[in-house]
Amino acid sequence: MNRKLLDLWVGFFVAIGFAAVLFLALRVGNVSSANFAETYRLTAKFDNIGGLKVRGPVKSAGVVVGRVAEISFDAQTYEAVVTMTIDGRYHFPRDTFASILTAGLLGEQYIGLDAGGDEKMLNPGDVVAKTQSAVVLEKLISQFMFSKASETADSK
Amino acid sequence: MRDGALALLTGLIRGAGHRMNDALQTLGFAARFFMMILVYSGQSFRRLHLTIREVYFSGFQSLLIILVSGLFIGMVLGMQGYETLQRYGSSEALGVLVALSLTRELGPVVSALLFASRAGSSITAEIGLMKATEQLTAMDMMAVNPIARVVAPRFWGGVISMPLLAALFSAVGVFGGYLVGVVLIGVDEGAFWSQMQGSVDFHLDVWNGIVKSFVFGAAVSLIAVFEGYDAVPTAEGVSSSIKRTVVYSALAILALDLVLTSFMFRGI
Repeated sequence: MNRKLLDLWVGFFVAIGFAAVLFLALRVGNVSSANFAETYRLTAKFDNIGGLKVRGPVKSAGVVVGRVAEISFDAQTYEAVVTMTIDGRYHFPRDTFASILTAGLLGEQYIGLDAGGDEKMLNPGDVVAKTQSAVVLEKLISQFMFSKASETADSK
Repeated sequence: MRDGALALLTGLIRGAGHRMNDALQTLGFAARFFMMILVYSGQSFRRLHLTIREVYFSGFQSLLIILVSGLFIGMVLGMQGYETLQRYGSSEALGVLVALSLTRELGPVVSALLFASRAGSSITAEIGLMKATEQLTAMDMMAVNPIARVVAPRFWGGVISMPLLAALFSAVGVFGGYLVGVVLIGVDEGAFWSQMQGSVDFHLDVWNGIVKSFVFGAAVSLIAVFEGYDAVPTAEGVSSSIKRTVVYSALAILALDLVLTSFMFRGI
């Protein structure tokens, strides 16, 4: 076979191969929003993190502003310590409220940050003081059952 | 009676030991052969068109089977995934299911299996026949190193082609899932792509898939060139070499997949 034609087809093959990698990276994997250019770290302590996973999203007003970097257990206070990496472009007030929320009824869990009204901002490495734990479905159901039971008992 | 049983037993043990010895010897030769390929690679890269020619034969010519199979597998994933997910009311997660199963597992593994049977077997047949017709010996006589001239380009051609083929397989598969899920069944297009982009991580999923396919490509190519080079130079010997290429490649791909997966996705 003619060497020029051969080179042409091989070039075509390599080009569409790289196009496929690019497609997987940009369209399927969305490489652009996964890596923030500059980040800083915040930690928060929760009584219960539910099903939160490392690399889970951190959202504020529904926008992804960071990722969960690390989850560990504090043996002194028996709390979960969650370290988050936050996009360096965004800063949050000192009295920001961190809660663990669920996307949809049974979807993945994420950390929601609700900004407060403080003038001072959280510095890198700071601890988010106000937190709310994950809602555990079993506890919620049992609470509901108990309150229903006491309601019917009262009405009698 | 007792002597007969004893003779049978010793015969069995002797046979097992003999086979073990042969297997170890072949393994040792394969390792030495791999080192020789690496050593003579520089020499064969100086005549780069040899490798490019092999990329054409094993990569470009496998395109059709890879693209068509990828499309079908993506479509089947779309149908089966929808069938299961809609029971739990989360058919929007179809994109995630299709993309993750393709980039992590199916893309690298299935395309490597196809590659082994399409390109690996033909490499073995070619080298085996060259050996049977004493072309390799003739090259040696003319002071042309057959490993640098014949074996190394075929090995590198496979190693280069495999990741590209696997990426194409995954990309076409995602497109097939899109065709069935969004165009045919009517899953919401925005949710299909955005949930996929939200859950597929470039490093963890796409890049690990590429690393996997690279390893599979090296394993399949090595097995193919080695079985060809090691073939008994008869028609029967070449045919059993080809059979071994396909069988060993498939086993190596699946075993390596287990090992690599346990390294890559541990506890996340």
